[in-house]
Amino acid sequence: MAASNSRLKVRRQNNVNIVEFIDRNILDEANIATIGEEIAALVDAEPAPRLLISFANVDHLSSAALGTLITVNNRVRGKQGQLRLANIDPQIYEVFVITRLNKLFSIHENTDEALKSFT
Amino acid sequence: MPINGDNQDRAAQQGDSGRASFPNDTALSEAIQNALVDAMERHGYSKASRFAVRLALAEAIANAFHHGHEHLPPSLPITVEYAVDPAKVVIHVEDQGPGFDPATIPDPTLDENIEKTTGRGLMLIRAYMTRVSYNAKGNRVEMVYDKP
Repeated sequence: MAASNSRLKVRRQNNVNIVEFIDRNILDEANIATIGEEIAALVDAEPAPRLLISFANVDHLSSAALGTLITVNNRVRGKQGQLRLANIDPQIYEVFVITRLNKLFSIHENTDEALKSFT
Repeated sequence: MPINGDNQDRAAQQGDSGRASFPNDTALSEAIQNALVDAMERHGYSKASRFAVRLALAEAIANAFHHGHEHLPPSLPITVEYAVDPAKVVIHVEDQGPGFDPATIPDPTLDENIEKTTGRGLMLIRAYMTRVSYNAKGNRVEMVYDKP
């Protein structure tokens, strides 16, 4: 995770790993693959992972990134963990609505609200 | 970045246009996305419009390499052309693959497909662009965005 080419910033609060993205545009498949591997490593490191992904700095998100989020969601559920998404720009939230993925993910207004939702 | 003015005649004097052929390379893909979005900004398109068109172009480029060139060398280029005028944006993305039939792509929003990790690119293109059409072979997409 400490590799210099990391695409993520990770901090820990209330036993939750809070992930933020370094890139403003998450459109490129190579970057998305790296992001997926980094988050998978976080999920695999714990028996019941609690993961909050913040999109605070993100301007663009592609369908490939959505696919990676679904993979992460499945991986977390497979370990009886919990995944929350937060700080999603309205334009990006519309992408979730168009694809109906707002029904699949637990999406919260901001980091505090998302942290409160963990059980 | 080989964006040239070959198609400036199509955009007339009031427009902006560009054309680039490039292999599967992040920097080259982003360069033409940025050039198109910059042209839209010069022509008064809103942030929401620029978001929509950048997403559609990124999805079309990803489809061209990921599906069109799936069994072809990554060095093989695709071609992107765009023309921006005050009323509309016209984009063509062409790959060198065998083409596909867009009617065969399943609806990714159906319950049985909602957890699939792929298959949303074309849907997003259609959602954000005004008109989307393919050539008969299915290896060249035309995307038109009318300024709201």
